[in-house]
Amino acid sequence: MTAERIQAFVLSDEEKADIDAEMSHYEDPGAASVEALMAVQQRRGWVSDEALHAVAAYSGIPAAQLEGVATFYNLVFRQPVGRHVIFVCDSVSCWLCGYDDLVQSLCAKLDIDFGQTTADGRFTLLPSVCLGNCDHAPALMIDDDHHGPVQADELDRVLEGYS
Amino acid sequence: MSTTPLTERIRADRTPMTLEEYRAAGGYDGLHQALAMAPTDITALLKDANLRGRGGAGFPTGLKWSFVPMDDNTGLKYIICNADEMEPGTFKDRLLLEGDPHQMIEAMIVSGYAIQANVGYIFLRGEYKLAAQRLRTAMAEAREAGLLGRNVQGSGFDFELYLHTSAGRYICGEETALLSSLQGERAVPRAKPPFPQQVGLFGRPSVVNNVETLCNVPHIVREGVDWFRNLSHSEDGGTKLYGASGRVNNPGVYELPIGTPLREVLEEHAGGMKDGYQFKAVLPGGASTPMLTRDHLDLALDFDSVGKAGSRLGTGTLVVIDDRTSIVGLLRNLEHFFAQESCGWCTPCRDGLSWVEKILAQMQAGAGQPGDIEVLEQHVRDLGPGKAFCAHAPGAVGPLDTALRYFRDEFEQAIAAHATAGGQ
Repeated sequence: MTAERIQAFVLSDEEKADIDAEMSHYEDPGAASVEALMAVQQRRGWVSDEALHAVAAYSGIPAAQLEGVATFYNLVFRQPVGRHVIFVCDSVSCWLCGYDDLVQSLCAKLDIDFGQTTADGRFTLLPSVCLGNCDHAPALMIDDDHHGPVQADELDRVLEGYS
Repeated sequence: MSTTPLTERIRADRTPMTLEEYRAAGGYDGLHQALAMAPTDITALLKDANLRGRGGAGFPTGLKWSFVPMDDNTGLKYIICNADEMEPGTFKDRLLLEGDPHQMIEAMIVSGYAIQANVGYIFLRGEYKLAAQRLRTAMAEAREAGLLGRNVQGSGFDFELYLHTSAGRYICGEETALLSSLQGERAVPRAKPPFPQQVGLFGRPSVVNNVETLCNVPHIVREGVDWFRNLSHSEDGGTKLYGASGRVNNPGVYELPIGTPLREVLEEHAGGMKDGYQFKAVLPGGASTPMLTRDHLDLALDFDSVGKAGSRLGTGTLVVIDDRTSIVGLLRNLEHFFAQESCGWCTPCRDGLSWVEKILAQMQAGAGQPGDIEVLEQHVRDLGPGKAFCAHAPGAVGPLDTALRYFRDEFEQAIAAHATAGGQ
């Protein structure tokens, strides 16, 4: 990580406004660490090293603390992801109701495993703990949308909406 | 008066009420009554009502609040709603948050007033995007109407409410880990004592309660203690949002008197097992609650009765296990979750749960070894209550303990099958 690369990264005004707003919610502004990272991720898809350092410089939250939370919370992405992220619920209710078949079909269809992105950059596939959609198991979430129950033969229809 | 106070205002499609609609349906009446009361009288009311925490532990809410210092020079205090619903098999708080956001906001203001906290946070799991959006809309309406901010409804009480959207990790639902997380740190639990009511968020007196628990508060203020206790079929006051998932005909959430028998929830509300499936066992309140079997079908689902039967009511959302499901496979799924979600702070949990998962994975793959059951039993003992830093590891081994007792033959078969095949 060179100083030039860090300096070359500029937070947008919108990102700065979001970070400011979140920091104003706490008596210790450093409490907004996760939300500050998410302000960047929301717009750029992930949090690069450059972005993390830019957030640190802007917010005054030490880079080490930001890295500490970034590597702890699974919804903070420290690597690039595809245009859409698919979270497949792998918890008990979905497992009882056909998770194995769903994942098998999904991996075959996209030709990737968990943690990978399709060659065309369209989808990244990630496992998720219980999505709170247990009465619609097996469930998955694509970007902000919950889907369920999703049977293997309905995958084409579900994925169609995400280009 | 309603017998389903928490869900009666929720429409079938969950489209939430506007502020105007919510008020017309009696909303914010509880707040008006509360603001005319002495704060400590509200806490006393909750004690008399015997409201117990709906997040899983069942701790009496009034008692919890009574430990908050109430002298005038205490300084900043916080009321925090635990909306980090992430217990596998649990989807009840989501209904309340998406379906009736104003009820949540009213509950936060009343609860904040009761402990004289001027700031509240709703700690919401990151995946509940719709809930976040609806809470933000409702909070803006409430602020506009003078229900949030300075001098709430001319009462002289100031209350600011913020939504904190989290970014994953089950351990955030643990009360003290939630405080660490809300402070922008890794969600590592804290030692108790001191308890959060004395030393909580940013070192200040804080109360953390579950969504469903808090949503009961304005109703108790409005309708009274007798009404609340009469809703129940047990010593615990009120209703409970039960739920069911798995191979049942009508999976969902049902608000019923607390103490409703397991059989009634399963057969009448969840609609019984789907064709071709038989009931085998149930996790009564999420992944961390010990199993119950068909011997327990007539058990009343309240905190004490389920406790006496060797399990916990937990979140009250039943995970129903059918006869086609392998118990070894099920436990492997559960322990994978707990091993992955351990925060890593203490060794028994971090190392022990991974070991448990590996053994179960091997058994599931047909490569169980003689002695595996004994190693699992050793972990049940060594990761039990008091052996780890927080309740994560004890929660993880509860279902394993019961599985080894009720379905031991399945574990034995997993080992014998390997021995027969000539494995070492």
